[in-house]
Amino acid sequence: MANELTGAQALVNALEDSGVDVMFGIPGGAILPAYDPIFDSKIRHILVRHEQGAGHAATGYAQVTGRVGVCVATSGPGATNLVTPIADAQMDSVPIVAITGQVPSAAIGTDAFQEADIRGITMPVTKHNYLITDPAQIPRAMAEAFYIASSGRPGPVLVDIAKDALQKMTIYNYPKKLNLLGYHPHAEPDAQAIREAASLIAQASKPIFYIGGGVIKANAAKELLQLAELVGAPVVTTLMARGAFPDSHSQHLGMPGMHGTVAAVTGLQKADLLITLGARFDDRVTGKLSTFAPDAKVIHADIDPAEIGKNRYADVPIIGDLGPTMRALIPALKAEYARNRADISQWWKQINSLRQRYPLGYSEPGDGSLSPQYVIERIGAITGPDGIYVAGVGQHQMWASQFVKFEKPRTWLNSGGLGTMGYAVPAAMGAKVGAPDTPVWAIDGDGCFQMTNQELVTCALNDIPIKVAVINNESLGMVRQWQALFYRERYSNTDLHSKRIPDFAKLAEAMGCVGLRCESKGDVDKIIKEANAINDAPVVVDFSVHRDAMVWPMVAAGTSNDDILIAKEMAPDWDSQEL
Amino acid sequence: MAQHILSVLVENSPGVLARVASLFSRRGYNIHSLAVGPTESPEISRMTIVLNLEGHALDQVSAQLFKLVNVIGIQEMEGRNSHQRELLMVKVNSDPNNRPKVEAVIAKYRGAIVNQANSSLTIEAIGNSAEIAALLKELSSFGIKELVQSGLIALEIGDTTLAERTLQETGLASSSTHSQTEDYQN
Repeated sequence: MANELTGAQALVNALEDSGVDVMFGIPGGAILPAYDPIFDSKIRHILVRHEQGAGHAATGYAQVTGRVGVCVATSGPGATNLVTPIADAQMDSVPIVAITGQVPSAAIGTDAFQEADIRGITMPVTKHNYLITDPAQIPRAMAEAFYIASSGRPGPVLVDIAKDALQKMTIYNYPKKLNLLGYHPHAEPDAQAIREAASLIAQASKPIFYIGGGVIKANAAKELLQLAELVGAPVVTTLMARGAFPDSHSQHLGMPGMHGTVAAVTGLQKADLLITLGARFDDRVTGKLSTFAPDAKVIHADIDPAEIGKNRYADVPIIGDLGPTMRALIPALKAEYARNRADISQWWKQINSLRQRYPLGYSEPGDGSLSPQYVIERIGAITGPDGIYVAGVGQHQMWASQFVKFEKPRTWLNSGGLGTMGYAVPAAMGAKVGAPDTPVWAIDGDGCFQMTNQELVTCALNDIPIKVAVINNESLGMVRQWQALFYRERYSNTDLHSKRIPDFAKLAEAMGCVGLRCESKGDVDKIIKEANAINDAPVVVDFSVHRDAMVWPMVAAGTSNDDILIAKEMAPDWDSQEL
Repeated sequence: MAQHILSVLVENSPGVLARVASLFSRRGYNIHSLAVGPTESPEISRMTIVLNLEGHALDQVSAQLFKLVNVIGIQEMEGRNSHQRELLMVKVNSDPNNRPKVEAVIAKYRGAIVNQANSSLTIEAIGNSAEIAALLKELSSFGIKELVQSGLIALEIGDTTLAERTLQETGLASSSTHSQTEDYQN
């Protein structure tokens, strides 16, 4: 027949028709048929060095652009290497589509070479997944995958395609209409719930906005600013929501949770109303759940009905897209305020007292060595709020969240839910591909960096000039901090010796990057500016920092937010608070 | 511990049972029995899941289940609004001496003898969970050699069907693919 093409060509056509402009991947036996038409496609394919890098790069790209990120791998180990970034994207609700080759359909189930049941393996960590053995199904599966990944609560979708389905001939037919019997994401919030929420807000004398990453996913930062200013209540932004509300705004108390500010943590604890938007009452925010915000009523707005009441009872649940939700809430609230409005000035006095007494801060090491917090603070200050900051997982991640000042959504990327060490370098690569004209800093730890730095080769070869700050405390720093606090300073297997080996600057040079070193406070600004001036190659700066610095404040795991400590064995001075 | 019966309409596609089982396992929901079979529509299968819930709210379980893309509709079946049946097949020790007694028990529960062997009777019976349990208790005095039970199945009393209810709730009846046409292009 005249219009026949291979399943592989149908796949590439479907990717093009789904609007894909870039994908990250590595070929291999089972996916090989797809790579032939990819060779001729207008889609940019970036050849990574490890499939995990492809997955996190797709995530970084998606987080920065709001579009669906795409990664490609072959069957077996190629596919299993994608499991970590897929699980990561699931936990942080990132829209990615993963395409994997599968052994030929006749060989499925025979333990064939490079066979792994990736659909079965990824079932619990994807929003949805497919195994395709018929080439005619490829276009529909791809169209559905992109729709499911990007709509409702976003998430990863995996499409596993048997090799023979890629090789066989088919007719290409991109569906104009999808018919997913069991998938109907909510969009419009219920009007009655909006009225009830407005009424609760107007009555509350201690309201607080508890803002989660959903606000960024919903592209609703503008609506949030309007709503928050209308209500005038304090705002906290979780680790996933940094940038959803400007740090410079007077209503912003910063981040709540295990390493949140005293004002944010205590503000939630003492509130009489939580206005929860796109957040999920994660244990890192609530501390011991039974003691979390004990006197607060809860308005919980989320697009995912399963988040309502999962961890905390919602007095007023609002299911829907946060954009329309807030746009409906604003006029409802204005109408409510015309009738009555509780005074929140006393509440602000309490909050401001906390803010004044317990600002975020850190002390410089006594021995004159470099403070990690200072380095991170300066990277943020010099690069500015237009830059994109991507962290790994650990102390450096918390410090970046605390000391970089975020003003805009989609400028802060990190692995919040899964806590994936090694996220930063590949995610920064994807971010830079999505925002090529924006400076992208990976703020990484020496432990994280050694998990995924091979993607710097990919960056160097593909004109992706990211900047990497290795906050080198020669330790698995967060684990070391817990050992210092909870295991009598017995530092079992957390010493990485990475001020000796490897030489990060030389390693960077070997991978085609510029390698820089910084050991003293006086050099920090100069070296950051030097790195910022380099735009034709990736840059790695090895910041050799004090190893005993700790992340404060801290709510120890499993304890109540009321037991927040501002330094080792130091609780805030509650007695003098009129709380 | 509370027991609940959920009737779940799912797409008849490969892997659906694994998705449901994986979800229940991952979230720590305890399945007492599960029955799956075809329905009046070839595209749709129906699962009847009997759950023992401890510390989990039923609406949370339903919400998690409904997030699965292949799950079309969910309805809780309660004793007062549904017919509930399970099937029992059991081999009971029996010889000519006790046979009349065994037959009396079978008759009481409207069971049937499907096979008579030298030292046993194979019996089938259909009933709700309480009836089956009562029958088994009486039969146990004769000595049960082997038994097998189907999962429970349930059907709503009256004219309403789960498929109709699902169509109404999701608005599928009016516009089968609302908003799914424009949004899915990246």
